[in-house]
Amino acid sequence: MQDLGISLLFKGSNMARLFGGLWVTVQISLIAVLLSIPLGILFGLFMTLKHPAARLVSRVYLDFIRIMPQLVLLFLVYFGVTRTFGVNLSAWTSAILVFTLWGTAEMGDLVRGALISIPRHQYDSAEALGLTRLQTYTYIIIPQTLRRLLPLAINLTTRMIKTTSLVVLIGIVEVLKVGQQIIDANRFDYPTAALWIYGVVFFLYFFACWPISLVSKRLEKRWR
Amino acid sequence: MDSTIQLQASGIVKRFGSETVLDGIDLQVHRGEVLVVLGPSGCGKSTLLRCLNGLERVDSGQIALDGEQITADGAHMARMRQKIGMVFQSYDLFPHKTILDNITLAPIKVQHRPRREAEQEAEELLHRVGLWEKRDAYPRQLSGGQKQRAAIVRALCMHPEIMLFDEVTAALDPEMVREVLDVMLELAQQGLTMIIVTHEMQFARAIADRIVFLDGGRIIEESAPEQFFTAPQTPRAKEFLGTFTFTKRSTEQNSVII
Amino acid sequence: MDFAFISQYAPLYVQAAALTARIAFWGIVFSLLLGAACSFVQYYRIPVLRRVAAVYIELSRNTPLLVQLFFLYFGLPKLGIRISAEGCAVLGLTFLGGSYMAEALRSGLESVEKNQIESAQSLGFGRLQALRHVILPQAVATSVPALCANVIFLIKETSVVSAIALADLMYVAKDLIGLYYKTDEALLMLVVAYLVLLLPISLLATFLERRLRYAGFGN
Repeated sequence: MQDLGISLLFKGSNMARLFGGLWVTVQISLIAVLLSIPLGILFGLFMTLKHPAARLVSRVYLDFIRIMPQLVLLFLVYFGVTRTFGVNLSAWTSAILVFTLWGTAEMGDLVRGALISIPRHQYDSAEALGLTRLQTYTYIIIPQTLRRLLPLAINLTTRMIKTTSLVVLIGIVEVLKVGQQIIDANRFDYPTAALWIYGVVFFLYFFACWPISLVSKRLEKRWR
Repeated sequence: MDSTIQLQASGIVKRFGSETVLDGIDLQVHRGEVLVVLGPSGCGKSTLLRCLNGLERVDSGQIALDGEQITADGAHMARMRQKIGMVFQSYDLFPHKTILDNITLAPIKVQHRPRREAEQEAEELLHRVGLWEKRDAYPRQLSGGQKQRAAIVRALCMHPEIMLFDEVTAALDPEMVREVLDVMLELAQQGLTMIIVTHEMQFARAIADRIVFLDGGRIIEESAPEQFFTAPQTPRAKEFLGTFTFTKRSTEQNSVII
Repeated sequence: MDFAFISQYAPLYVQAAALTARIAFWGIVFSLLLGAACSFVQYYRIPVLRRVAAVYIELSRNTPLLVQLFFLYFGLPKLGIRISAEGCAVLGLTFLGGSYMAEALRSGLESVEKNQIESAQSLGFGRLQALRHVILPQAVATSVPALCANVIFLIKETSVVSAIALADLMYVAKDLIGLYYKTDEALLMLVVAYLVLLLPISLLATFLERRLRYAGFGN
């Protein structure tokens, strides 16, 4: 029986089901990233404000989100919000909410980092050339900020995909759950199924994230 | 200076890829001699020094110190390097060590000398270059000129038989150049064998026993300093020396051209 | 908020936090060792091994810990390799953390300028001596902020070990929610427990980073 485990993958629609499960997590990540980008830019700009209240709010938000494991955040929203506010959030909505909150914090910090990394003399020399404030931002500051930001933002996407694997723990049926179902259903015919299925899930995640990491790394190198 | 040959390099060839940077250099340095290597940038002066110290592997040719061949790499190289001090353009003090520790690190760890003896010598040397009160400072707290003097002391404390100076004043502000050159002049007067790569022409003239002019990876001219600076024999040396003098263009000349 | 409930079940959290801390501690120690090995292999460009390290780093960085744990805990026994749940957690954390530590240490090593190495060589230092006295002290100082960030990251990552039936903080919280419906209390204690674990380390990291960035050696 040992060597038959692998054939389970090709039985019925098992492979397609696994891909479907992966798509669930990828979908959650993509939605969260797409929401995080505009929100993160706003948050990043907010963080550069000098007003003490603004600084305090952004500091507390960023630090709390950063210091809590994402799984704790998921629990807080999925179990906590439902009870406290009487709103019934589905696991899926909770996941989107949590990963958007997290993504906004991370993205915001990246935006802030990119903004403050533009040296003062870039502003000065633009001004010395007689550019207006608007021109300075459109031609000098924003293009440089984007160059620094884009590779990091892409990298955030892979982190997002990896982290969304947690949603299985609040009951969302994604690739690990699908894998578990396949293993359970074939417990007696394919006793070694767990090895193969979880091995495949491992590589599915790898091939979902790796190309994105490569793009991010390449861009970072080219634009440095 | 006596007549013993201390360093002998023959037929040194060094290539970087397809480019030949050193194209058959023959060089003899006598004990106590101060040799100044001049030449336009990119002529291979720095590469020559790096080859002499084994930082670059030569493609062919031989280098001998006190008659002993310097072979590539390994424990032998590390032992030979202790006899050859080198000072770099960018000082390269160790940023995580105080000035005193910078100087005593190699004597203690490499030569296994007792800490007290090494420290005592380091302090004496620091005194001589006027840096004694900076012994507990870290490199970043020093000016460029001070760092370079400390770097010279660091090399000296290993008791090298010969010192190589690679454009040691090139990164310094003009007012700090002097303090470093003074230290080097003093070392020369004490009879230390030195090979100096520099762009300071007046200094070269003052300190050198012999000038070697390098261009295109070859030695073009080799002569006593007075002769080199007053009557260079090759057109290329003349041209090179010409780049260091400025003449104001008169407006009259310009108007004639127009 | 039911404070009697909190004081009754707080000891469970203390126990769970101890488990989390133990797994994190060993995971971090082994990650550092693995990371150091990988970074040296890559820094000195040791043939074959550096390729192995590169493949490992890519695999580790592009897969979630949860999936790594499922493979270790449920998959490997099918090959006859049985490791306790806690062993799997430490192993998984090491597999994950090794690559992060390797990247942090490698960028530290690469930040040491070539001039520094040459100047050590010109003083007669051998390869190992130069590494020990000149390269490493500078590299580690540069790596500290990234290493601290990794430590915090790895402690947070341990929160998934409840998935392989380890009674860590998440596990206890979920249990209390499931058994007694004391959601608010369970979640509050969960947040507090993680704050107690992570806040001091995070503050220490900020302190170290600031010291290194603004002062460096000699201020």
